[in-house]
Amino acid sequence: MAYMHIGKDFTPPDVPGKVTGRIKYAEDYTREGMVYARLLTSPIPHARVIDIDASEALAMEGVLGMLTADDVYPDGEPQSTGLKMLTNEPTLVGEPILAVAAVDEKTAETAISRISVTFERLPFVLDPLDSLQPDGADAYNGGNTFVFRQGFAVEKWTSDQVASLRAGNEPTAEPQQTVEYGDLEAAFGESSYVYEGTFTNAGYPHMSMEPRSALAYWEDGKLYLHGGSQSLTAFADGIAGVIGVPKEDLVFVNAATGGGFGQRARAGSIPVYGVPAKLSQKINRPVMMRVTREEEFTIGGARQGLTGWIKVGFKPDGVMAACDLWIVSDNGGKGGGADAYSAADCISVLYQADAVRFRGTAIGTNTAHRGAQRGPGQNQIAPIISPILDAAADELGVSRFDIRKINTPMTGDVGGPQRTPFTSAYMPETLDLAAEQFGWEERQSRRRRTNGSKVIGLGIGQGYHNAGRSGMDGIVMMGPDGRLKVHNGVGNLGTYSYASTSRAAAEVLKMPWERVDIVTGRTDLHLPITSPQDGSNSIFTNTRTFYGAAQDMLAKMKEIASGDLGGTPEDYDISNERVHQIADESVGMTFGQVAARALELGGKYTGSSDLPEELAEWTQISVSRLAGTAFMGVFHDPRHEGNPPGFTVSCIEIELDTETGKYEILDLINVADSGTIMHPKGMENQLVGGAVWGIGLSGYERHLYDPQNGMPASTGYWQSKVPTFLDTPVKIQTGWVDLPDPENPVGARGVGEPAQGSVSAALTAAISDALGGHIFGASPITADMIINHVAGTSEDSKLLAQNNFRG
Amino acid sequence: MNQKLTRRRFIKGVIASGAAATTTGAWYSATGQDRPSGFVERLIRINVNGQTRSVDVEPQETLASTLRYKLGLTGTKLGCNRGECGACTVLVDDTPTYACSVLTHSMKNGRIETVEGLESANGDLHPVQQAFVEELSPQCGYCTPGQVMAAVGLLRANPSPTREEARAAMAGNICRCGSYDSYLDGVMRATELIG
Repeated sequence: MAYMHIGKDFTPPDVPGKVTGRIKYAEDYTREGMVYARLLTSPIPHARVIDIDASEALAMEGVLGMLTADDVYPDGEPQSTGLKMLTNEPTLVGEPILAVAAVDEKTAETAISRISVTFERLPFVLDPLDSLQPDGADAYNGGNTFVFRQGFAVEKWTSDQVASLRAGNEPTAEPQQTVEYGDLEAAFGESSYVYEGTFTNAGYPHMSMEPRSALAYWEDGKLYLHGGSQSLTAFADGIAGVIGVPKEDLVFVNAATGGGFGQRARAGSIPVYGVPAKLSQKINRPVMMRVTREEEFTIGGARQGLTGWIKVGFKPDGVMAACDLWIVSDNGGKGGGADAYSAADCISVLYQADAVRFRGTAIGTNTAHRGAQRGPGQNQIAPIISPILDAAADELGVSRFDIRKINTPMTGDVGGPQRTPFTSAYMPETLDLAAEQFGWEERQSRRRRTNGSKVIGLGIGQGYHNAGRSGMDGIVMMGPDGRLKVHNGVGNLGTYSYASTSRAAAEVLKMPWERVDIVTGRTDLHLPITSPQDGSNSIFTNTRTFYGAAQDMLAKMKEIASGDLGGTPEDYDISNERVHQIADESVGMTFGQVAARALELGGKYTGSSDLPEELAEWTQISVSRLAGTAFMGVFHDPRHEGNPPGFTVSCIEIELDTETGKYEILDLINVADSGTIMHPKGMENQLVGGAVWGIGLSGYERHLYDPQNGMPASTGYWQSKVPTFLDTPVKIQTGWVDLPDPENPVGARGVGEPAQGSVSAALTAAISDALGGHIFGASPITADMIINHVAGTSEDSKLLAQNNFRG
Repeated sequence: MNQKLTRRRFIKGVIASGAAATTTGAWYSATGQDRPSGFVERLIRINVNGQTRSVDVEPQETLASTLRYKLGLTGTKLGCNRGECGACTVLVDDTPTYACSVLTHSMKNGRIETVEGLESANGDLHPVQQAFVEELSPQCGYCTPGQVMAAVGLLRANPSPTREEARAAMAGNICRCGSYDSYLDGVMRATELIG
């Protein structure tokens, strides 16, 4: 289909501001009378605050006030997992205890140093398996796990059960959660190759470039909050509840966000924004809370670590018959997510196994706050499963490419334990395109070729994430100048989907892009609700809403024109910013004239009546404030059917030095199936960015804690090993199949998360290939692990340790 | 019985044991707000983007703090404030420099350039900025001013780098979004624009 905007490159309006430094992030703002907050954070991993003596600090000149957990939770702290604004019950080092506001940061910091906090120190634990031991410490006050709707609980295994898992055996303890489909026993019975083993995924921090600094002030009864989020209106909608301010009295200002990666999507993951808001309310001054890199490590969150056991069976022809997965999740100090379940879901989707069973138990540790991080679960399992597929292929005499093609999901298939049908699935085409562009077959002759201590490894991998939601709202406006204003609540975290999704509205109305304004960046511009911008959903979700809002405006245009010029709406079409009769294009009105007429008519044409009944409360507030000001198109998106998947396929060639354990990525391609491509340059960015994340997951990123004191040792970029320019290839190839999804009006789906998983899968497979097919069952695979393997030194004693000093 | 300890006692113990206390204090120390003994001139003049600016500088104040909080040049970002990420990169006498890791007092004889100083008087973008726009190099954009300055420094020293040379030269600048490939596309495009 020939589009005017879809699939075409453009410059998103915020890009010039990014290269000139003009665009403002939260900490770039100032406000008349602004003062500064500093946090006192827990220096120990698990404790209870017994007493706070701040008398000396509060008597200091320039100190304006203090905020404690007792202030923000007068009825007591929530007895659940999840970060709190402030706490008297810290369960990890760095958790905010209190905040002080002062005229400058020097005074605030000095005041912090003069506050005496008496802690009752409690036992701490850094590894979920240690906590499962009968005498293991519990990370939380009340247990080591949290059961939904029941509260904290204690989960213990026998020492033999823990030791058995550590020895590589199937866990025999009762899992907290079991989900399965198919006849597992029968499917394994049909298998001629069965792999069974344990694995570990280290968790690691999000490390967004922009720390979670925030500025807050109150004016005329409204709270103005400058912060950084992934999801502008969805986040604002939630943070209003966290802070306890009515939605209509919150103005959230967020023009740009310095990285999200999952942990800035929802208000519950950044409750610390409530600190400057509450302090500002208390002392009646604007409060800037600057967050350091070390503080960002704690409040910025981390990926869940997984310790698991996996058994996979393949039929003689390479078909995956069964997968049995048992995972102990590291939920960190504040609870975690559903990564383990998503790992099982991913295997079911990508490899279409006849039978899948997932068993899981989630255990807290006194380590970083865990939560969603780019492909949570799907991307941890990607580097684990890929070398297993290769081992099966080698054993069964099937090529490594064919075993993926044999098991590929396709349109018409279902996936996951819920057996949900795909809206579309073009994985076969994606596999073919990746292999063709990379020259996969031609490169096979180089496989395991040696040059001194160096050896070539080839890897292919696949990534998946559900990539689309629905049920959100859209608003478009037009004044007598005829310019289209797309009120867009999608966050600006660097994907440019706030701009790409707006182009769906421009497409419907055939508007030149230079005549379109995106209204975004602060909620007092009256924006519709969106889904939280996570789960690779924005492109699918919000092209639906803005397409629908523009369709509403188009229908109203035709009504107005036919009312004034005769005929019926069906007699009219649009072109060149005019609505005109199809039979006689000279009979028509410019868009500006239609908008002016809409203002005269009022009612439904300006959002004053006949609104969709299902609009979210947030959207209703925005529409009520826009009503009567301009011509309005408004839309509530009904729910779609099925699972819109985001798929990627990656191929990698590495040269691994068996003497150093290091490798160079000689070539890498990342190819997507994400429906119709909205914005090729933006697509490339997601694919190359995902590739870098995949390299980090497979090779570098980690969590380090001092086992004696529970202190985090990887609070910075260097220690946590975020990939740099030099860890990535000189050039990354990208591609896409560009086939439309039927559940989206322009055919688009998301891709951000699988773009990491496929590269991680391919890189781990390439390392395994270079080492003769050795399966580490781990991410990351560090240089010393490779050296130890080559030297024949066993890593087994540490393979199932989380948050340790390995590597 | 649970052991009780105060925060101060704990920190003393940590320091005595040689472990690092990582929870607070980085901001304080980085902005140099502990005044050393002896007289240090506070009102100094520094050359920023071709203009001489008089500024009241604390003895241990970093250049990044001065630029952002005294001169309002917030294009220079602080990602780590500890010399790891490069978001605060500026040019000092054409050399890419982490502004978080040099003291403003040491800049009295230096020629400082920030991202705000790159555009021409008529508002035209610098070729590196223009190339980064054309190649959509930024993602979240927080590291972008530092990437721009590192690239400008590279191209002044070597106007025709290979892609490999550009990668090595830019290696001091982290991009958590992983947009390295797009930044390298931008640098190579800039070499064409510069001609």
